[in-house]
Amino acid sequence: MSWFRREDNNIESASEKSVRTEGLWIKCEACDQVIWRADLEANMMVCPKCGHHFRMGARARIDLLLEPGYELVDLNLKSTDPLQFSDLKRYKDRLAKAQADTGLNDAIVNAIGKLGEHSVVVSAMEYSFIGGSMGAVVGETIARAADRAYESRHPLLIVAASGGARMMEGIVSLMQLAKISAALTRLDEAGIPFISVLTDPTTGGVTASFAMLGDLNIGEPGALIGFAGPRVIEQTIRQKLPEGFQRSEFLLNHGFLDAVVPRKEMKAYLERALSFMAVR
Amino acid sequence: MSFIEKIFTDLSEIHGDRAFGDDPAMYCAMARFDGEEVLVIGNVKGRTTKEKIFRKFGMPDPEGYRKALRAMKLAEKFNRPVFTFIDLMGANPGLGAEERGQAEAIARNLMEMSRLRVPVVAVVTGEGGSGGALALAVADRVLILEKGIYSVISPEACASIMWRDASKRIQAAVALKATAQDIKELGCVDDIVPEPGEGAHENPDEAARILAERLHLHLNELKQLSVEDMLAQRYQKLRSMGQFYTEE
Repeated sequence: MSWFRREDNNIESASEKSVRTEGLWIKCEACDQVIWRADLEANMMVCPKCGHHFRMGARARIDLLLEPGYELVDLNLKSTDPLQFSDLKRYKDRLAKAQADTGLNDAIVNAIGKLGEHSVVVSAMEYSFIGGSMGAVVGETIARAADRAYESRHPLLIVAASGGARMMEGIVSLMQLAKISAALTRLDEAGIPFISVLTDPTTGGVTASFAMLGDLNIGEPGALIGFAGPRVIEQTIRQKLPEGFQRSEFLLNHGFLDAVVPRKEMKAYLERALSFMAVR
Repeated sequence: MSFIEKIFTDLSEIHGDRAFGDDPAMYCAMARFDGEEVLVIGNVKGRTTKEKIFRKFGMPDPEGYRKALRAMKLAEKFNRPVFTFIDLMGANPGLGAEERGQAEAIARNLMEMSRLRVPVVAVVTGEGGSGGALALAVADRVLILEKGIYSVISPEACASIMWRDASKRIQAAVALKATAQDIKELGCVDDIVPEPGEGAHENPDEAARILAERLHLHLNELKQLSVEDMLAQRYQKLRSMGQFYTEE
């Protein structure tokens, strides 16, 4: 007789015992540190260990920048799929899925409210909606934000997060570059401030239009910012790109950003800039 | 380039962006259009292999767009109409282009061309490739040759991104609806210019004659307008471009 004897054979299976942790913990893409999601959110989606800036949704971004009591506007536009585009999937289906996943009609949210003491119009892009790509709806919505700024004479803030023009809307998406640029030109002529905030990633037609046309162009640390994507360039020149190429700091060094500002300091920086630009 | 030589006379080239260099892919010149002083801008692809490499297959770098803008400002100062000729795959993708701000150069042109105080007429003579083409095509009138295409992305690149297979370029080209007729139906160009026979290459002189006629027509229409009316119409055209959405 052994000293230890199993009373019964009913061993609880591991799966029943385990606590569901999926979604509670996130591994930092930059330093591999495992972070509790609540900690990350409390830290504005910035890794507490290495300072890596995670991507952020449009609504969370607006919440971060504007005082409580702001109003979301221009949310009612929906794409009509002008090309009836279809690749491996139908564009209509891609749109429907993105709409269900994000609860938005397209990759953009406009808001009006206060940033500190300044009344502003904000247009923030939603990267998780088809890569934040710009079609007719994004173009028109940003142009409407510019119209609101023009009519109210309040400064305009655009937070870019986009892979560029939306291929599935073909030439129509290209024309949005011209549309938004024209609307911003009208703001410029009227002496109304426009600040462009570039976040990870800002590439293609978005960089080649409004994102580079701010009175100030401000980048978040480590954001990918460029015209041609890194893979396109690598294929063209057939060599590896240098470390840090097309990151915010690279653009700052080459003279295309006015500042690289960490997320925690962004609001204070913008407030300061808006005071400088306030119409007297 | 052959259109420019056939349509205009007394071409005197303007070089350099006054900041970095002179882009051989971009051609700017003072010219005469039936005796009238005008500015002509066009990208240059080159004819021989050696020349094609020198001209970077017609794909401009940032300094090319900045040279074009500098020339346009000159035209504005002396109140001369601007004609642009576009036949390019896109802006040059490369290390140097990124370092020198390809995106900023294109964006700046979009902004400045939308408020240029002289008539601007743009023609897509072959391929209008993406932002690199648009940076010369923010104009009062945008024309496209009958067999031309104008697209947000090349069919090859679209195929490799959306189908993950570059050989699907034919499907991509069809899906992108990039022909002159499609683009006109979408309201993204103002006029289609007929080509003789199977295309302009069959009879370049006749093609140039037809195009010159259309350029005259559009320029004369624009000259009827006051500067303020012309700018207001240009703004309205740009602001209402590509309105394909519903409001719920």
